[in-house]
Amino acid sequence: MEKQNEAVRPPLAGIEKKTTEELIEETLELYPEKARKKRAPHMAANDPGVEGCAVKSNRKTVPGVMSARGCAYAGAKGVVWGPIRDMVHISHGPVGCGYYSWGTRRNLVEGTMGVDVFSGMQFTSDFQEKDIVYGGDKKLEVICREVRELFPLAKGISVLSECPVGLIGDDINAVAKKSAEELDIPVVPCNCEGFRGVSQSLGHHISNDTIRDYIIGTREFADAPGPYDIALIGDYNIGGDAWASKKILEELGLRVRAIWTGDGQIEHIAATHQVKLNLIHCYRSMNYMCKVMEEKYGIPWMEFNFFGPTKIAASLRAIAARFDEKIQANAEKIIAEYQPRMQRVIDEYRPRLEGKRVLLFVGGLRPRHTIGAYEDLGMEIIAAGYEFAHNDDYERTYEEMAKGTLIFDDASEIELEKWAETFRPDLVASGIKEKYVFQKAGIPFRQMHSWDYSGPYHAYDGFPVFARDIDMAINSPTWSLIKAPF
Amino acid sequence: MAKKIRQLAIYGKGGIGKSTTTQNTVAGLASLGKKVMIVGCDPKADSTRLMLHAKAQETVMDKVRELGTVEDLELSDVLKEGFGGTKCVESGGPEPGVGCAGRGVITAINFLEEEGAYTEDLDYVFYDVLGDVVCGGFAMPIRENKAQEIYIVVSGEMMAMYAANNICKGIVKYASSGSVRLGGLICNSRNTDKEKELIEALAAKLGTQMIHFVPRDNQVQRAELRRMTVIEYSPEHKQAEEYRELARKIDENKMLVVPTPLTMDELEGLLMEFGIIEEDDESIVGKAENA
Repeated sequence: MEKQNEAVRPPLAGIEKKTTEELIEETLELYPEKARKKRAPHMAANDPGVEGCAVKSNRKTVPGVMSARGCAYAGAKGVVWGPIRDMVHISHGPVGCGYYSWGTRRNLVEGTMGVDVFSGMQFTSDFQEKDIVYGGDKKLEVICREVRELFPLAKGISVLSECPVGLIGDDINAVAKKSAEELDIPVVPCNCEGFRGVSQSLGHHISNDTIRDYIIGTREFADAPGPYDIALIGDYNIGGDAWASKKILEELGLRVRAIWTGDGQIEHIAATHQVKLNLIHCYRSMNYMCKVMEEKYGIPWMEFNFFGPTKIAASLRAIAARFDEKIQANAEKIIAEYQPRMQRVIDEYRPRLEGKRVLLFVGGLRPRHTIGAYEDLGMEIIAAGYEFAHNDDYERTYEEMAKGTLIFDDASEIELEKWAETFRPDLVASGIKEKYVFQKAGIPFRQMHSWDYSGPYHAYDGFPVFARDIDMAINSPTWSLIKAPF
Repeated sequence: MAKKIRQLAIYGKGGIGKSTTTQNTVAGLASLGKKVMIVGCDPKADSTRLMLHAKAQETVMDKVRELGTVEDLELSDVLKEGFGGTKCVESGGPEPGVGCAGRGVITAINFLEEEGAYTEDLDYVFYDVLGDVVCGGFAMPIRENKAQEIYIVVSGEMMAMYAANNICKGIVKYASSGSVRLGGLICNSRNTDKEKELIEALAAKLGTQMIHFVPRDNQVQRAELRRMTVIEYSPEHKQAEEYRELARKIDENKMLVVPTPLTMDELEGLLMEFGIIEEDDESIVGKAENA
């Protein structure tokens, strides 16, 4: 990465470690004693120079506070398995889990829905009383058979357990094994019951484990492996992100052999053990498989960041450094080619966004990954937190934030409101559960899980869209036209 | 190449003496130099007390409840070493009438797998499972890649034999989708009439063997009062030799079958043959005493 990224950020006016620590004290005062004690380690004033992990994470949410977390099933279906386009993903259990997670992440795909791609459809075993009492395994077997008959081009089936499956002990592993043999396609059982773990993060991990156990290494690419073969890991093609990323990686001269899992194809994912390098965007949800492929097949992996021209350029150079001079020359060529276009975007939006302050609260990666894009637009991040990150995510965050800014984990509604009240941010970038709370408070908001029905935000194609959306949110004349009725 | 751990599940009617038989047999295997892990799969958590000389071991689910999540649990919190270096774990679970005991078994076994409790030095893993396979959770120990051999503890009492036959029906289901097999019936004698012959006949009809006839001896109870197996309490006693004999037979057992459960009529016929029940007189069914 460029030197610039490692440099300590200049302090933000009015933001000091001491005042932020006082704010944390005031925030904790809002809680009864027991909750206060539990929540205290989950927030800190940033101090990048200090060793060790300052913020506690990946712990059970304190009962009684409203948390924005999902469940293990949500992590498996909504993040890892769901975007794979040519498989049928069965939500095994009652109808609600599948129905209400249907299409929420906007993982775009190429193909004809219902013919050769299926990720936009909703399949469920729709448990009834009798399935709970007598078990749903026979029904699951029938569904697998029906899927094979109705959708002959489906390349595989994932079976995603909902909570009751774990309680009644349906042996989905046995059904999957039997069905895979009978139907001659991969059938992957994923024991991702929602009650397991403290957040959706365990669902990502369980899903990675099933890819390890059932998929990786089971196919080979049709054409011979080459020296520039890479896989794009942890890009879910939200609003077309993966396509924007793939485009510049190909311009760089690399062959993107598989995308995990946005617009993903199971046979490509299964052959990823043949690539030369794994490039991982969402570290939180897919680092597990990168480590597996490193240990088992000796494939190195590296993190990169395609949000905003500064990070894109630094990442392109870092990626190119793993290859030969031809690729390195390409990197400089691409950067030189796109930089003027990016500068025009910055010239247009930066004057309207300079000095605007942002509070970030998203999943397990985006808070730290998007900071560079905001900073390219002259904006300042005053507070950032994750819903379900782990220690290693926070360790990667401290250096991206100015000293004294607020860093927090698994925030509750009351905490977020307190901080919004104190900081008066110009933008809150968070999820659907937070959106209307802040909009009703008159604070501009962007929903950063699905890019608020926009996108892509990744790479050079994404940045102009990002800049436009942020400007649209903050500088919309709407805010001056409405008055509180009280 | 990693050594294959033999994994066994012990089933049988409630109160038949599964836990006592299991622990004495494991103590027998341990005295033969075998390294064993016992996984108690019963909320009562009494599958390891004789090995640990404890009232009740702290269970996986107890600890999960205390810590909040299974992810915070360490193997050393719940895995204790007992007689002969035997590793002991209890899954635990709720008191009767609440929650989901079956899930407790699933959680505990998943936890043991993830935390690497199935170490290569083990020769055996014994699952001591609650009396009746009432839901999928209690079948967890006999799913694929877990216990491959099942032993059913039985006696010459009618209900114990009914239960054994029912368990065989469950084994048939799992045998068709996996590799679980029946290793034999262990007769834990209640001193009923012609008990040995009866259980041998039942075993033959089920397509299996009576692997051992454990005679009734109060020495077992005397040892239990000290929370010990007979093998540890009085290794020279003849009852200790019975359990060592059972352990040897299991160690050498090659007869692993898919059982052929009896129909109700066949089972009743067998019981009649041995005089356990009398032939139904259809003419008196449903008639009150003074009618």
